[in-house]
Amino acid sequence: MPRLSCYMVRSALTHLGVGFVIGGLMLAHKAVFIHPAVPALLGWHIHALFFGWTLQFAFGVAYWTFPRLTSWGFRHPRGRPGFAWAAFILLNLGVMLAGPGALAAGPPAQTAGTLAELLGIGAFGLHLQPRLRPPLPRVGPADGRP
Amino acid sequence: MPALTRWSIRAALINLLAALGLGAGLDTGLLPEAFRPVFFHLFMLGGVAQFIFGVAWWMFPPLSRERPRGNEAAGWAGFVLLNAGMLLRALAEPAVALSPAPWARVVLLLSAAALVAAGWIFATLLWPRVKPRPGKEA
Repeated sequence: MPRLSCYMVRSALTHLGVGFVIGGLMLAHKAVFIHPAVPALLGWHIHALFFGWTLQFAFGVAYWTFPRLTSWGFRHPRGRPGFAWAAFILLNLGVMLAGPGALAAGPPAQTAGTLAELLGIGAFGLHLQPRLRPPLPRVGPADGRP
Repeated sequence: MPALTRWSIRAALINLLAALGLGAGLDTGLLPEAFRPVFFHLFMLGGVAQFIFGVAWWMFPPLSRERPRGNEAAGWAGFVLLNAGMLLRALAEPAVALSPAPWARVVLLLSAAALVAAGWIFATLLWPRVKPRPGKEA
């Protein structure tokens, strides 16, 4: 597993842990009153589990498993890793802004967080696009080539 | 494919079917809006997340030659807690919203504890298996 996939999957598992605790707290709050601020955690719960966990986990595994590009003339086997690193940073920045950031600073932080998540998704799309290829034709002894 | 993966994927598909059934009931007005959170969590947690857990348990790099997937008993405990938690939630959450009886509150608390425990079990089981192959590129 490449280093960026490790970072993305571990970060996704961290968001999973945080998002589940928030979700459990909100569910328990429906059964017994805990604190008036608990329902305000819904935004953090949604962003952590949708963007931080599900989407980031899928991106991390896609970066690891999608076809490599060495045979297609790219210097890096995974094509354009810079966009994938940007996606990693933007997704996590976005969840932090839209989750705890929005609790502290209100709607502007939530908007900024959502925008960062959107840019992160776009960046990962730019990374992944050249890796969406059919397999190269097999070259064997019958062609007289190695 | 390990047994835990097979059962997780079967359970995920059942959760997805149940979610779609609830969704149809909500959209046609046969079910009250109190079922909306159950619909969403059956889909995203019981369906999508459980499918991911099952496949990750199978495909992630092995931990060691002796115990390639780590603590299998803990994995089964996570599977049982997740599905029991979802079932309890599906019963209790609409009941609490419609008429908050004491039994429903207790069941809802149990489901919250089971779901949080399941999430943490899967996260801690997968965490040590997220590792680079020695000597491979970044």
